[in-house]
Amino acid sequence: MATLEIKDLHVAIEGKEILKGVNLSINTNEIHAIMGPNGTGKSTLASAIMGHPKYEVTSGTIKLDGEDVLEMEVDERAKAGLFLAMQYPSEIAGVTNADFLRSAINARRDEGNEISLMKFIRELDATMELLEMDEQMATRYLNEGFSGGEKKRNEILQMMMIKPTFAILDEIDSGLDIDALKIVSKGINKMRGEGFGALMITHYQRLLNYIEPDHVHVMMQGKVVKSGGADLAQKLEAEGYDWIKEELGIEDETVGEEA
Amino acid sequence: MTVETKINMTEQDVRAFSKAMNEADWMADFRADALNKVEHVAMPTPDKTKIDKWNFTQFPKHTVESATFSSLEELVGEAKELVDVEKQQNLYIQHNNTPAYISLSDELKEQGVILTDIFTATREHADLVQKYYMTEAVKVNEHRLTTLHAALMNGGVFLYVPRNVEITEPIQVLYLHDDAEASLFNHTLIVAEESSSVTYVENYLSTVEEAKGLANIVSEVVAKDNAKVVFGAVDVLAEGFTTYVTRRGVTGRDARIEWALGLMNDSDTIAENITHLVGDNSSSDFKMVTIGRGSQKQNFTTDIVHIGLDTDAFILKHGVMKDATTSIFNGIGRILKGATRANAVQESRVLMLSEKARGDANPILLIDEDDVTAGHAASVGRVDPMQLYYLMSRGISQEEAERLVIHGFLEPVVSKLPIEGVKKQLTEVIERKVR
Repeated sequence: MATLEIKDLHVAIEGKEILKGVNLSINTNEIHAIMGPNGTGKSTLASAIMGHPKYEVTSGTIKLDGEDVLEMEVDERAKAGLFLAMQYPSEIAGVTNADFLRSAINARRDEGNEISLMKFIRELDATMELLEMDEQMATRYLNEGFSGGEKKRNEILQMMMIKPTFAILDEIDSGLDIDALKIVSKGINKMRGEGFGALMITHYQRLLNYIEPDHVHVMMQGKVVKSGGADLAQKLEAEGYDWIKEELGIEDETVGEEA
Repeated sequence: MTVETKINMTEQDVRAFSKAMNEADWMADFRADALNKVEHVAMPTPDKTKIDKWNFTQFPKHTVESATFSSLEELVGEAKELVDVEKQQNLYIQHNNTPAYISLSDELKEQGVILTDIFTATREHADLVQKYYMTEAVKVNEHRLTTLHAALMNGGVFLYVPRNVEITEPIQVLYLHDDAEASLFNHTLIVAEESSSVTYVENYLSTVEEAKGLANIVSEVVAKDNAKVVFGAVDVLAEGFTTYVTRRGVTGRDARIEWALGLMNDSDTIAENITHLVGDNSSSDFKMVTIGRGSQKQNFTTDIVHIGLDTDAFILKHGVMKDATTSIFNGIGRILKGATRANAVQESRVLMLSEKARGDANPILLIDEDDVTAGHAASVGRVDPMQLYYLMSRGISQEEAERLVIHGFLEPVVSKLPIEGVKKQLTEVIERKVR
């Protein structure tokens, strides 16, 4: 079992503090959902874990099986087993999706132990079929000209090919119609198991109808203010966030900036 | 410091050279006539690059004598990798100034295709060469460098594709430069007759570290009605050359010229490309990539002139600038009066890898007709940190991520080159230059 442990994390962007002491512990074989209204710091948490250059961790720790994640470069974090499905994936012209995926897979392997081309193609074909992606998506340039839904699916494709220990999925459901949402959920559920843990960030309870979380957390004002099981998400769906704000005496749940 | 501009060759010298190369008499006169004009024709003035201190006239030797090749097996190193030693037909190799190897398949010969060195062409195909050599695409008197070229031309090739002949395999020309003293006044002349099609690739390859000579290179493409010419080139000329290279095209009705140029010289270079879309409904697609390094100064001017109705042109230029290099990218879409429904689109992107490098992208639209469409996009910037972050978040190192972004940026031309060996070479040159 592997553990991703976040302790008292404070993060600032351009001098403004967004996360104000986040505590969270995720094990493999667990799926966590972070919910919360806009502007409460959810995406900032995702970016800070991966090492986005614009976010500055001012205090606190992130550890992956005891290893200090904050000491690692972005690529080292990935190699250590972290993966972030991004809300806005970059487009890279001239680099095909397939070439990129192979580089990413081989980056995690030692020299001389690269994935064979045949094995790679077999896996890619099977995974793309599962995600109902058109074959030609493999030879198109990375995310270039992809629709919003295609980009999301492509993030899940990468996750399934790279097989991280922990995946953070930043609003993987936003902008997806119900059919696409089902397909993306199918991919994530397939990963579920012993060697895999996930942190899903979402505004909408809808996603959790397809991927049942083991733990649900609510973020407000840059902190996790409430944690529970799948039933918490259902309560949020039925009653909204106001009862939590009331319970905790919060008037404005945001940190002033959606990040 | 003043730059010596007097040519150290006389009319007698150029006539003697013509004779030594066994050229037709008209060519000797043509050369002598041009030489006598050189002093009276002004230098070109490439926009935004000052060249008055550049040496375009002084060179150690007009001609060097080099070995010919009886088999492709005699090629070494990079030159050998450029050609397909086992299968390659339809190939001309020039070794410095010496026509060194020629091969054209019997099948193409029977169809009337001509591939021969330029000296022989003046004699054996005088009608054709005299008709098109520096008459349509490039004029002798345009400026001093074209005049000088006309007088001193010391190599090149003539490719002729008869009416309705469609050549499926690419024709390749390798200009191999391995003598530091050599100067290259090469002339490529391609004539594609009505409804013919051909893919041509020329390689300029220096295998010496430093050159002492001049490169004054002219390539002319004449695409007659409904003809299609794909012109690929990879230039890798050594530091030390002063390079002027012009590649020009003229289209007939419904004709199309596509350019795919990898301009990878290490020399100071003025690279100029002009396509005249004369025939109605003719079109051109121009793609070039370049990498500047060291303290290299370069000017890339691309000019597509819309003369016929419904002419269509697209210009794409991508440049990577390293070290303290300076490069100017001028893209000109020129729509003349009467070129109704012309469409001129261009895109220039410059990627800066160093604080000291300079890159200017200047999109220019000169339009003298109402019913037209035109567009341009230009950008100069650094590697996008968000792209690097994205790639690195998948475990790819920063170095490898930068490499991927740069290769991707130059891919539009690499992928267009029709010969595997040439594609591979350009990829390797890119690799070497960005490292």
